Amino acid sequence: MAVTIKPGESYGFFTDTSICIGCKACEVACKEWNQLQGDSPKFLADSYDNTGQLDDQNWRHVKFIDDVPAQSADAGNGKAFLMMSDVCKHCKHASCMEVCPTGAIIRTEFDTVFIQQDVCNGCRNCIAACPYSVIALNPATGTAHKCTLCYDRLQGGLQPACAKACPTQSIQFGPLAELQQAADVRLAALHSQGVTQAQLYGRDDKIYGGLNAFFLLMDKPETYGLPNAENAKLPSRNDVGGYVGALVTAVLGVIAGIVAFRRRGTS
Amino acid sequence: MIYLAAEHFVRAPQWTWYILGYFFFAGLTGGCYALATLLRLVGDARDEPAARLGFYASFVTLLVCPVLLTADLGASWWKFWHMLVDVTPGDQGLNFKYWSPMSVGVWALLVFGLFAAVSALESFVLDRRAGARPLGGIAGLVFNVIGGVFALFIASYTGVLLSVSNQPIWSDTWMLGGLFLASGLSGSAALLALLTRYRPDAAFSLGRLHEADGYFSILELVLLVAFFLTIIAAGTAGPTVPLLPLWLLALVGIGSSLVVARGHMRIRPAGGSAAIARAGTDTLVVSALVLLGVLALRAAVIFSAQ
Ligand code: SF4
Ligand code: SF4
Repeated sequence: MAVTIKPGESYGFFTDTSICIGCKACEVACKEWNQLQGDSPKFLADSYDNTGQLDDQNWRHVKFIDDVPAQSADAGNGKAFLMMSDVCKHCKHASCMEVCPTGAIIRTEFDTVFIQQDVCNGCRNCIAACPYSVIALNPATGTAHKCTLCYDRLQGGLQPACAKACPTQSIQFGPLAELQQAADVRLAALHSQGVTQAQLYGRDDKIYGGLNAFFLLMDKPETYGLPNAENAKLPSRNDVGGYVGALVTAVLGVIAGIVAFRRRGTS
Repeated sequence: MIYLAAEHFVRAPQWTWYILGYFFFAGLTGGCYALATLLRLVGDARDEPAARLGFYASFVTLLVCPVLLTADLGASWWKFWHMLVDVTPGDQGLNFKYWSPMSVGVWALLVFGLFAAVSALESFVLDRRAGARPLGGIAGLVFNVIGGVFALFIASYTGVLLSVSNQPIWSDTWMLGGLFLASGLSGSAALLALLTRYRPDAAFSLGRLHEADGYFSILELVLLVAFFLTIIAAGTAGPTVPLLPLWLLALVGIGSSLVVARGHMRIRPAGGSAAIARAGTDTLVVSALVLLGVLALRAAVIFSAQ
């Protein structure tokens, strides 16, 4: 769909995994536009996926989740791979951004999450924090890399390369509100067809306040390697508990030191 | 019910040898300063040489810290100062995020560095010429106490930093800050006990340092048990098993502290004092084991989640 891209509005991806055919056009388009070399080729012997993971060289990764039973199924009861083009979720409450000590991770004028390469100093705090294993360090530049939601293309009024290349419109780009509406319609259609396992992930604020890159899934989030709402927690949840633990120990340590070192008169 | 978030799909940050080294020396620099302050504040006048040893040890171990942290940045090492200054175009200014322990820690390290340097310099001056403290009176005590607070922070925040993440094990417990602090204090007491070998006038404090080490080790043991209980409850304790030798080494360090402290951990009648003995081979062996245990504990925590 033709989209007019304006700064100040929220944009994102709606990735409908029910129509992903695993062609990996998104991976190729992303590498092409962003001039990513890719990791050195390897054979993972794991379904049709040799990309393996999102990292500094792979900003889109089509996951193949082997949901096929070992025994052959009866007619009409077959199962297929679950396929999902994974990407940075551009979380509203972004764990990576929360912990970054340099201010390298910013929210852009398009409401996307972006790592400024000239500010990042490679401390890797964001890698420890991102719950989706999205970010990785590029050893050559010494900086953290991930999907930029084609920030440069958006600034030029172009939609991201992956969405443009996707032949089935599994990846849709647009203003967030419009994508959310489209997702609701699609979910209702699937449910009316009896596909009750279909569910939206990150459409509402239960997952990190809402994801700008959200998904329609055909199974529960954990099956796709995504934390469910109960487990989608920000790193700062441990600030108070961690510091209180340290404080109590500090008080006990000081008392121990006083007991051991206290003056005991002269001898 | 699950305690804290227990399902993780996160990538390891590859914080390895440099960070292990930093955590080790951060524990020692903070621990030594805190012990030196306590020796000076609540100890006997004869504890002053050991207090000065503590300030020296704190300063020397501190010097290693920024080197290790900068080396860990790899190709971006020259951007180490971005921790302090935000260079985002149009948004320049100082970086301080109170909710990010890494951000707070960098500032704390900078401020603590001033205290550690001044206290070491003051000790040097006092060792060169007898007389009143250059930073005498209440001001001097307040200076040491504030420095001591920063020291305790430096020795503990590294554990909190690990917890404020989404990594398995690290983020499933609140014990790491306390655990690192207790082990840092224990390692510092062992280090100072060892150093009294090279400063005979500090031998008076040897028994007290062993006694303190014993208390810190009890604290460490309790926190280690609490750490394992919390990650077992979270269901993420599995990856700690292959690192059993490191955990055992940490336990050997704790056990050594307790064995050597045994003769000292008692309430002595006022006016009495333990026999003043120079640090012997037993102190050398025990201190080496305790310091090895401090290192092993941090290695076990760091590598079990990565
Ligand atoms: S998915 Fe990870 S990298 Fe992307 S915004 Fe969320 S926390 Fe940051
Ligand atoms: S690696 Fe870069 S983007 Fe990530 S937390 Fe550190 S400075 Fe921020």
